[in-house]
Amino acid sequence: MTRQQVLDLYFLDARHKLVELAAFLDRVERAGGPDDFRLKSFRQALAELNGRKRNRAKKVLLAFSDPTAKPVAQAHAKGASGAWNAAS
Amino acid sequence: MKYIEPHAHMVSRVTDDYERMALAGCLAVCEPAFWAGFDRSSSAGFLDYFGQLTEHEPKRAARFGLKHFCWLCINSKEAEDVKLAEEVIALMPGFLDRPNVLGIGEIGLNKNSRNELRVFEMQVDLAAKQDQLILVHTPHLEDKFKGTRLILDALKSDRRIRPERVIIDHVEEHTVEWVLDAGMWAGMTLYPETKCTPARAIDMLENYGSERLWLNSACDWGVSDPLAVPKTALELAKRGHLAPAIEKVVLQNPRDFLRQSPHFKAAF
Repeated sequence: MTRQQVLDLYFLDARHKLVELAAFLDRVERAGGPDDFRLKSFRQALAELNGRKRNRAKKVLLAFSDPTAKPVAQAHAKGASGAWNAAS
Repeated sequence: MKYIEPHAHMVSRVTDDYERMALAGCLAVCEPAFWAGFDRSSSAGFLDYFGQLTEHEPKRAARFGLKHFCWLCINSKEAEDVKLAEEVIALMPGFLDRPNVLGIGEIGLNKNSRNELRVFEMQVDLAAKQDQLILVHTPHLEDKFKGTRLILDALKSDRRIRPERVIIDHVEEHTVEWVLDAGMWAGMTLYPETKCTPARAIDMLENYGSERLWLNSACDWGVSDPLAVPKTALELAKRGHLAPAIEKVVLQNPRDFLRQSPHFKAAF
């Protein structure tokens, strides 16, 4: 596909998602209370969107990922929160 | 467009979904053993589940002309209890000869714990001893990167495992290259919020080519879409991919991998 064709197919969808992201951050900052590990990872991931970098999706996923290598001693829960908590 | 759904948890879906899938061109559906959404209280629950996967579900699918295949295992979400896992694994050889069984799966990791890894290796050992195909679940979200690495390390360290007989499922942009470089197959799961959208899955196809890659819905008891594969075929067409290239991803690739199973080859 040409860049024009990609824009024609996906621009409105991407614009919609970008406005949703902006509104989410406004909502979080309007609310009282401290940040948590998820928001910290989220801000790191956002930084990957700037400029003309390559592999942004991969870098965003890595910003949320557990970078350690050894198995944990025990699984204390079944679900995932979406961001790695270094303190857990 | 004819297609194969290589990963769907049909025991959690209504019968109408079989009809919708058949209408959309589905020829066969493959169902990995899964977590029920709650922990079973004993291995007897798995005995019943394996019976459901090998006896009841094929009949439900056949009403709509669909062939039904399955994979057997204890899922990583129930693998923290090693004693239970040992009991379930001991049941599995009694089912592997049933005509719709494809192999061992979906085994893997969930929270990347020591017991999960131990139970994963026990089931890889069973697959190696019984010459079975392997379907691997990789963890969700923040746990996927680490879990995929642990899984690949375990598989690559077992010299009995032939990589072309292993499919690593739920790959995303940060794990797909590892899997393909290891010579294994990679599954891209089209699932809302977690895993892949059709657009991202197609990005990966365009970046890495269509060799040893397949698409699946992994539809289950959660919010998910049993028609995600044909919808992605439509998205491929919108992006200018021609019919033979689309057919390779949604029909030929899963068929090529699954025909390594004598049960699949005999029926499809």
